[in-house]
Amino acid sequence: MLKPAAIIGQVVLYGAFAAFIGYFATSPTYKQIPDDVSLIKLSISHLGERNCRKRTPEELEKMPRNMRAPLDCPRERSDIKLEVDLDGKPLYQTVMHPTGVYKDGVSTTYKRFELKSGVHQLSVRMSDNVAVAGFPFVKEAQITLKPAQVMVIDFNPDKGGLFFR
Amino acid sequence: MRNTAQTLFQRSEEAFDTAFDGQHNPLRHLGALGLYLLWLIVASGLYLYTVLDTGINQVYTSINHLSVEQWYLGGILRSVHRYASDAFILVMMLHLLREWAYGRYTGFRFYSWLTGIPLIWLVFASGIGGYWIVWDQLAQFSATATTELLDWLPIFSEPSARNFLTPESISDRFFTLIVFIHLGIPILLILGLWAHVHRIASVDYLPSRRLMTGTFITLLLLSLIKPALSDAPANLAQLPAELRIDWFILFLHPLTDLTSPAVIWWSLFASTALLCALPFLHKHTPAPVAVVDGANCNGCRRCLADCPYAAITMEVHPTRHGFKIAVVDPDLCAGCGICAGACPSSTPFRSQETLVTGIDMPQQPVNALRQQLEGALAALQGTPRIIVFGCDHGASVASLASPNTAAISLMCTGILPPSFVEYALRTGADGVLVTGCRSGGCEFRLGDHWTTERLTRQREPQLRGTVPADQIELVWASANDGATLAAALTEFKTRIGTQIGTQMALTNRLQPYQRRTPHHA
Ligand code: HEM
Ligand code: SF4
Ligand code: SF4
Repeated sequence: MLKPAAIIGQVVLYGAFAAFIGYFATSPTYKQIPDDVSLIKLSISHLGERNCRKRTPEELEKMPRNMRAPLDCPRERSDIKLEVDLDGKPLYQTVMHPTGVYKDGVSTTYKRFELKSGVHQLSVRMSDNVAVAGFPFVKEAQITLKPAQVMVIDFNPDKGGLFFR
Repeated sequence: MRNTAQTLFQRSEEAFDTAFDGQHNPLRHLGALGLYLLWLIVASGLYLYTVLDTGINQVYTSINHLSVEQWYLGGILRSVHRYASDAFILVMMLHLLREWAYGRYTGFRFYSWLTGIPLIWLVFASGIGGYWIVWDQLAQFSATATTELLDWLPIFSEPSARNFLTPESISDRFFTLIVFIHLGIPILLILGLWAHVHRIASVDYLPSRRLMTGTFITLLLLSLIKPALSDAPANLAQLPAELRIDWFILFLHPLTDLTSPAVIWWSLFASTALLCALPFLHKHTPAPVAVVDGANCNGCRRCLADCPYAAITMEVHPTRHGFKIAVVDPDLCAGCGICAGACPSSTPFRSQETLVTGIDMPQQPVNALRQQLEGALAALQGTPRIIVFGCDHGASVASLASPNTAAISLMCTGILPPSFVEYALRTGADGVLVTGCRSGGCEFRLGDHWTTERLTRQREPQLRGTVPADQIELVWASANDGATLAAALTEFKTRIGTQIGTQMALTNRLQPYQRRTPHHA
């Protein structure tokens, strides 16, 4: 038979065990960002352009008839250049390299920026062919971020290039 | 540091012994408690699975429904599932720490140690995935944080965190995948556990019924007092506010925020590598292993039944037709001697000048033990004459020796063949006290257990029925229990002392025995 002291000991120890588990299962609470902060997630995944070269007539002449494509396109994709400005100041600049052993995969970036909630001027420029100067894709907008709001900067050629949501 | 940890564990276990006996002491049965919690998790999880709807809009409501509408069954099972998982992680980490603290990672134990390490990864992978299924704000937080962490590794061509950019990026398929992973990993875990205990015999698969009941009632009460509930539904367009985070399972996320993915991954890899290297870093001189003597082995299998490390197999006897012989695998043998205590050939009543038994330990052969016992008995003076058999790992017996008391320390109490107790009583001792580590505290897992069963006639080789029980005392005392043991011995001596000369003792007394060997007196 259990002695009363042992019973009390067991109740205390089981109780401590339950309290420990019960407490740390939800507490202390965790706050990832302060109240007045919003988040911008920059996430882009895109295939860079291929830098094709026009074959000269002499070159084409030397090729078998059925292979005479006017353009010589390498497998490699171009790097992608991206610049983000916030309220007129540079926030982030990067050059994304294509993935894959043959550098023929997508170039990607994923980055999160915490910023004070409120009105901001956001401007994003992107070039998917570094051989050509300038940024063919540009998106500028005034944004209003509510506290804890997550805004995404993404790119989709079918949706007209860069977009915010 | 390890010594401090070991002392800490020993003291806590001994403190727990006062509330739970060793047999029901959770700290002494952490592995078994872990397995029990795993079965609770599996059983409650299977119920949750039957009511789960993996549709993107249904997954949250189908789980929430349990807690709200069906709190008396589904809600409780959900809470049990969660708290048993937290308890499992706690118990697993304590089990790891305890094995480390006792230095149980080197030598023949390297296998159990190494096979334990991948289990930790599986447990956390499954636990984290489990939180995603609820698809509340905590799930959203964990999914985003985990994928951001994973993306530091060069494994995906496209960042996996892109899957959680906007509410539209999630599909029904996602939850099917998560459930698949959350169910698949535990299956791997169970296979891994099977491997983990593969080199151990008489595995402690389940804790005592009392411990299981106590643990279950505790989890049940906790589930009623503080049911597991969902947060607000996930909304990827919004960062979750204050999160009620499960620190047992999700602690990596705040830690990543505090440091960086690089720091986290390197710490994880480094600690895993360190755990894996531990058995090899420590210089370990292996104990001599058990040696079988063909002429004295009749293939009775008792050593096989008692070996705690499954180191013995039976093969065809090379010289005795129709008999089997015990064969020791030196890689598995712990060198504990429990087999020598099990062998019927280990009886000291045999007349051979040199006692050779079926299976013996080079470091403490049965013959040397008989010589030591005979020498000690011859030297005893006065009454009552007491023989104490102790264990090198338990309370030290050396200091108990006195003119009328001889102390013999064994490498493990389990090496003591019960016939030695009878032999001592028939060749001059008035009482025999056997001591060893407390229940559940045996260095070689089963020494105390088998010794108790052999001496109380529940297990072969048994103490013979004619041996009066009142001339024997069993005292289980850890290395810290010197005082308890000394007190028990004093009490035993008093009891034996008053018994001597009474009528009952006279009729009960065993026939004196004289070994028929040429004595060189
Ligand atoms: C996933 C959770 C785990 C469970 C459920 C578990 C369960 C068990 C069980 C039931 C035993 C046999 C105990 C006995 O019968 O005496 C055992 C032994 C052992 N475990 Fe684990 N284990 C787990 C994880 C680990 C981990 C992570 C490690 C360390 C890396 C570890 C190290 C050991 C060692 C060294 C032994 C051998 C003890 C001995 O030889 O005396 N285990 N475990
Ligand atoms: S010494 Fe121990 S581990 Fe080795 S064979 Fe004998 S019982 Fe098994
Ligand atoms: S206990 Fe002794 S006799 Fe029996 S199988 Fe083992 S070694 Fe042989």
